[in-house]
Amino acid sequence: MTPSAASRVPPGEGFIAHVGRRSLEAGRALSDVGTWTPLLAIQMRRLGVDSVPIAIFIAVFTGIVLSLLSSYIFTGAVPMYFVGALVGKTVMMELGPVLTGMALAGRVGASIAAELGTMKVSEQVDALETLAYDRYSYLVVPRVLAATLMFPVVTAFAVAIGVGSGWITAINLLDLSTAEFLKGLKQFYQFKDVWFGLVKSASFGFAVALMGCMRGLATEGGAQGVGQSTTSAVVLGCEAILVLDAFWALVLL
Amino acid sequence: MIVLDNLTKSFGSSSILKGLSLEVPDGQNTVIIGPSGSGKSVTLKLIVRLLEPDAGCVKVDGHDVGEMDRDELATLRGRVGYVFQFAALFDSMTVAQNIRLGLVRRGYDESAIRERVEESLEVVELLGSEDKLPAELSGGMRKRVGIARAIALKPRYILYDEPTTGLDPVTAAVMDQLMMRTRDLGVTGLVVTHDMRSAFSVGDRLAMLHEGSIRQVGSAREMQASHDPVVRQFIEGRPERVVLEPPVRRSAG
Ligand SMILES: Nc1ncnc2c1ncn2[C@@H]1O[C@H](COP(=O)(O)OP(=O)(O)OP(=O)(O)O)[C@@H](O)[C@H]1O
Ligand SMILES: [Mg+2]
Repeated sequence: MTPSAASRVPPGEGFIAHVGRRSLEAGRALSDVGTWTPLLAIQMRRLGVDSVPIAIFIAVFTGIVLSLLSSYIFTGAVPMYFVGALVGKTVMMELGPVLTGMALAGRVGASIAAELGTMKVSEQVDALETLAYDRYSYLVVPRVLAATLMFPVVTAFAVAIGVGSGWITAINLLDLSTAEFLKGLKQFYQFKDVWFGLVKSASFGFAVALMGCMRGLATEGGAQGVGQSTTSAVVLGCEAILVLDAFWALVLL
Repeated sequence: MIVLDNLTKSFGSSSILKGLSLEVPDGQNTVIIGPSGSGKSVTLKLIVRLLEPDAGCVKVDGHDVGEMDRDELATLRGRVGYVFQFAALFDSMTVAQNIRLGLVRRGYDESAIRERVEESLEVVELLGSEDKLPAELSGGMRKRVGIARAIALKPRYILYDEPTTGLDPVTAAVMDQLMMRTRDLGVTGLVVTHDMRSAFSVGDRLAMLHEGSIRQVGSAREMQASHDPVVRQFIEGRPERVVLEPPVRRSAG
């Protein structure tokens, strides 16, 4: 079976056999370490570092809104230091990973699908294979690994910034002191909150990059085909994030 | 030797190849001629398994390409150079990097790589363009880089997909000379073209592809003396229906 035909389930092959064969392919591509290691650092910078500004932007506003929202909910009902708890928990466990993931699904998923889609329709993927490279080792593995490694890093940034902006909002716009905010933050903090968020975001990175690669490599036709793959990569990436988010909540909480 | 045995290939409902058989003897240039859309590029792709035939088989040096595993396929692709119809250069890489990529894969050391890059650029008369990006080149220059990328690997076979279309007459003649020189160095060439001038000067053997199979095979002289009306019509470049009158031009006023 050629790699080019491998993206469809071939007739006569059961779903399980198909998944098995694809896993085998993935394993082989991963074992081709010499091919993908030199490309990994480049992709980590492109997919990860370059995504930091958008993640920071989202985090700042999320922190502000959460802080204001929780004070609105808690006023007259619960001690105000709970603002710190709510901001911390939700940013670390849910909004940090998911909102960052969604933003990166747009940025990273689309750019991967568009790049690989263009390479596919202009026969660059074929050209790569005639030079005896494997498309999975050379194109897919470095991107998927880079996203899996870098999404948590970007998310960690976003969480720190989000909590920080929540805190600044609380002490400036709400009648809250730093001590109170920190009290709330610490009282309910568990180490699990942090790694729960980071594990989630790693899985989001994996899914987003994989969707981008698969849609990109399955592109047919010209510019219109590239447009379609890009759109569907982003949609699939966002859907995957929401499904994984629910999955981790069920499994880990 | 490359042997194409009774190849059949359809895309959806349109069947492109219907039992194509052809032998490509070693040490010669074999030229496949045939109208646009007759499946010439598809035939070349079947040889290095960028596409798979629906039926029939391709044998290179006696080995069935369809039965090769991943490593055997990589070895095969190392021995068969491929010049793409639209060059298929990696557009994020410079000219030199495009040529280097295949050499790096073969594990040559840095000085050998540099030597080969320079050598092959000299052959296609593009020395000095090493650091240009494909977007900065004309169509003909890109095509020559594509040829340089294939010959840099010193393969045993080279498949040229329309190497002279889009080139000016002088550069086209240089490419013809290049293909003859490569043949004299012992490289077997399979050239696809509808440039009859090039076909006659380069081809030791010509094969006419018509409606999915090989209509006639022979030397340039044999083809020129052919009594087959289809072959005659193609090499003389006569339109299928004779246009009797030019469309009437309406005068303005
Ligand atoms: N990947 C593909 N998917 C669907 N159809 C294809 C594919 N590749 C080729 N075809 C169809 O197969 C036919 C033959 O294509 P091919 O590119 O081999 O023609 P050609 O003989 O090389 O023509 P030209 O001289 O114009 O390059 C065309 O009708 C084309 O539409
Ligand atoms: Mg063609």
